Amino acid sequence: MNAPVLPYIGQPLKRREDFRFLTGKGRYVDDIRLPGMLHMAIARSPHAHAIIKNVDLSAAKAAPGVRLALSGRDLEGRIGPIVPNWVIPGTKVPFRPVVAIDRVRFVGECVALVVAETQAHAYDAVGLIDVDYEVLPVVVDEEAAIAADAPQLHDSVPGNITTIYKVRGGDYAVAAREADQVLKLRVVNNRLIPTCMETRSVVASPDPDGTLTVYMPSQVPHMHRRWIAETVGIPEHLLRVVAPDIGGGFGAKMHLYPEELLCPHLARELGAPVKWWESRSESHQSTSHGRAHTENIEVAIKNDGTILGLKVETLGNVGAYLSNMASGGPTVNTVNFGTGTYKIANYEATSRVVVTNTVPVDAYRGYGRPEGAYIAERAIDAVARHLNLDQIEIRRKNFIQRADFPYRPYGSMGLMYDSGNYQGLLDKALAAFNYEARRNEREALRRDGIYRGIGVAAYTHVCGMAPSRRLALIGFDRGGWESARVAIDSSGRATVYSGSMSQGHGHVTSLSQIAADVLQIPIESIDVVQGDTRQVQAGHGTFNSRSMAVGGSSLHVCSQRIVAKAKKIAAGMLEVDEKDVAYAAGQFSVPGTDIAPLSFGKVARMAYVGHKLPDGVAPGLDETVFYDPTGMSAPSGVHLAYVEVDPETGIVDIIDYVAVDDVGTLINPLLAAGQIHGGVVQGIAQALYEEVSYDPDSGQLLTGSLLDYAVPRAEHVPNITSLFQETPSPTNPIGVKGIGESGSIAAPPCMVHAVLDALSPFGINHLDMPLTPPRIWAAVQSARNGASR
Amino acid sequence: MIPAAFDYIRAGSIAEAIDLLQRDPDGSKLVAGGHTLIPTLKLRLASPALLVDIRGIAEMKGIAVNEDSIRIGALTTHAELLASEPLHKALPIFRQAANLIADPQVRNRGTIGGSLANADSAADWPAVVIALKAELEIASATGSRRVAARDFFVDIFSTTLGPSEVLAAIHIPCPAAGTRFTYRKIRHPASGYAVVGIAAAVRINAGVAANLSIGITGAASHAFPGDIAAEFLAGKPLSQGNIEEAARLQSAATECLSDRYASAEYRASLLGTETRRALLALAA
Repeated sequence: MNAPVLPYIGQPLKRREDFRFLTGKGRYVDDIRLPGMLHMAIARSPHAHAIIKNVDLSAAKAAPGVRLALSGRDLEGRIGPIVPNWVIPGTKVPFRPVVAIDRVRFVGECVALVVAETQAHAYDAVGLIDVDYEVLPVVVDEEAAIAADAPQLHDSVPGNITTIYKVRGGDYAVAAREADQVLKLRVVNNRLIPTCMETRSVVASPDPDGTLTVYMPSQVPHMHRRWIAETVGIPEHLLRVVAPDIGGGFGAKMHLYPEELLCPHLARELGAPVKWWESRSESHQSTSHGRAHTENIEVAIKNDGTILGLKVETLGNVGAYLSNMASGGPTVNTVNFGTGTYKIANYEATSRVVVTNTVPVDAYRGYGRPEGAYIAERAIDAVARHLNLDQIEIRRKNFIQRADFPYRPYGSMGLMYDSGNYQGLLDKALAAFNYEARRNEREALRRDGIYRGIGVAAYTHVCGMAPSRRLALIGFDRGGWESARVAIDSSGRATVYSGSMSQGHGHVTSLSQIAADVLQIPIESIDVVQGDTRQVQAGHGTFNSRSMAVGGSSLHVCSQRIVAKAKKIAAGMLEVDEKDVAYAAGQFSVPGTDIAPLSFGKVARMAYVGHKLPDGVAPGLDETVFYDPTGMSAPSGVHLAYVEVDPETGIVDIIDYVAVDDVGTLINPLLAAGQIHGGVVQGIAQALYEEVSYDPDSGQLLTGSLLDYAVPRAEHVPNITSLFQETPSPTNPIGVKGIGESGSIAAPPCMVHAVLDALSPFGINHLDMPLTPPRIWAAVQSARNGASR
Repeated sequence: MIPAAFDYIRAGSIAEAIDLLQRDPDGSKLVAGGHTLIPTLKLRLASPALLVDIRGIAEMKGIAVNEDSIRIGALTTHAELLASEPLHKALPIFRQAANLIADPQVRNRGTIGGSLANADSAADWPAVVIALKAELEIASATGSRRVAARDFFVDIFSTTLGPSEVLAAIHIPCPAAGTRFTYRKIRHPASGYAVVGIAAAVRINAGVAANLSIGITGAASHAFPGDIAAEFLAGKPLSQGNIEEAARLQSAATECLSDRYASAEYRASLLGTETRRALLALAA
């Protein structure tokens, strides 16, 4: 065994899993081909809202290779319904069958299915299914959906509102009275498609021993096991969920979709493996979308830029049904964070969760926190613009100060920011950005008709939802804990079984770094197992930036237990008192004596041979921990963007982007920068390019393919400078804070502010995302026309 | 999705491909790079009974730079057009344009003949071949004909190509010494296609524009020559004022497309801006 290179935490190690991925050895669900495997294909609704009058399956059933064709009526009472996992108290949950029975509510909803011997047969037969529809009026927009005369989606959801959620701190009415002015703005958070390189896919296989194995790209394998068991009616111990390599999740692969229930059900019915694979165009109309909010904001201000109060009214469009977490996103996850990094004592927010004839909307990287940060940041930027104050100084003035932590925003009882130093972030960002020089350059170039702009955005949020009992208060039917098992073999190698679930995050590397530091062994001696409910004891998976703070902490504590037990065994072997034994770099020694040290491997061997174990010490070196955090970590950051806008074409050129993030202790700076880069790219894309578009009259999805829906590519992305400030979180033993969502939270307001700054000579004060070239051009045209009138 | 069932034959020659097309002109499709056809089949927007794969036809391949003209086989890929040194020396616009087409994977398979015959209103090569005054060699059962590139494009996805005809090659007259070229394009952020693309070639003789030729794509239902700008500038100095006026006239005279992404007004504005910028670049 090589000597460990300690400490591993803090080292920018390259990903241990990359060789496999880069040499084409990744194994995804679609790579799975089992003997006798059948293929499922779905008939989807072409209408956004319609009564199903009849489903004629006769031609499909008679088609070559077809084993089975079923409608929603055939499945009624046999599986389902699909129920959400997060239900904010007071929510009206609409009934959602796995396959539509008598009514469809969005284009792409499942209406029937075929299982056939080949995928081609299945698709051919789906084309033969004849459904008779009676088309109903459609509503796709959240503001339109709450109008008195709007088409109603569900009898059980009057007014199309499932949930009304309120947050209050201080007294906004008093703040508004005491204010010099009240500024109002309305902002739209555009609807997005969480585009993963790997679409969804399911293989369900009945094994001879009675187990049903379900292969799926799941962010949350153990939760999927529970949900599939409960919804399909399979005892949980007979269900094994396996998530192999995953090509991106971003929140979309943590919900419960019809296909993930149909494949297990049909595999049991037919006694054969059943596979379903989602095409890209199918993905656009069946996998959950993200964001889709409209916010009306009021800011009560003093003329010196002091913010006295904030009032927010959110409309969150959740599509046709309540998806897995849908009632929690526009509510707890959004408006709780509406005050951002600022001390705003008087806060009042109301969120309405609205159903429409569109694909269900659920978590997408940041889920609610990008919307919350957008409220706070757009508001403070608008105040600065309105009062002609400096964008930087107004933030400094209103920031929560370092001495205020731990800080409860607007006196909230439920929400606490554990730590932070926003001034430090801002100073570091300004220095790295070369702010003063850039500001002067911007002014100079404006005189030459070159329009550059500087954007700034600050954010904080809390992540790694915990502790478990707190989740009960908000109707979230899961725990906040994570489990870890560390099994040392008789040679001293460690296998880590983690309930977290990598989807490209590099957990094999980062979790190994955490374990190696505690176990004091080389990282090469550690293997990481995730994503198989038969191998991994239990877990909640990866979402909400929780894997390092919760999963990592669980592993840290578990590794400590291993060392504690190994120390006892070593003491027995060395025939000394346990308290005299020191452990470092894989060696147990007795300081101040000439007793020869014992290696970790030798102690591990003894743990399994068991000959010389002290009294009361059981054999084996294998520990499992269920770790429930006491609090949540609060990452924060300040991002700056420098752009040039061509007013003639509307094109935005991103000249520079600087991100300074505080994610507590950095486990792996290289992977951390990668997380920031990826998030910033998605945030830039939301700000500049991405937007799902529906026809308001027909409810047809107009961005049905990647020819119309712009995901970011290399050409859209600038060089990103990612720097860190480390303020350790007091809420976990490693001091780490969540990082996965930071970039996608900060980048949208930062980019919008930069573009608005560039356009300020035209008198343009507001634009809604995405700031596409045609949209910017139109704003410049109308500003010029307005000015000439 | 995956395509419906179809028959597949690899044609060994142009004659064989035409023979196969003639048997069932409505039910057959030629496939070369497949970058438009295969997605169409996967979405089942088309279900031809027969695909005739023409990739193996030797007479439709290769770039030949001759003394007075250049022949480009229709099967030449975008990547080959980008890489060819002889072509780059004679007509540098090819490398410039090829570099703006999609991404390397697409460029490795997609062909210039496929792009021209498909006649997407926003494809790049149509503007380039119009600006270069190319002739397209079209083979049919009765022989071969040539059609000027400017007359080839009829409407969106529509050309003068008959149902049993094959676009075999592109012929471009060698430009006079000193000719300058440029291709500019505003890329659609999703598709990478041209919202507006401008190809232009000009020789400047004592400060005066000679043989100015412009091809425009993306703006209207099909690529077309920018004759209005070219005629305005004929024999005139390429001054900033003249160029601005030419671009303005061209923009004003063009009936532009409107779609969900870009309005006709925006396209018309881009057309003016990009024509002006293209010509200013040539004049510099």
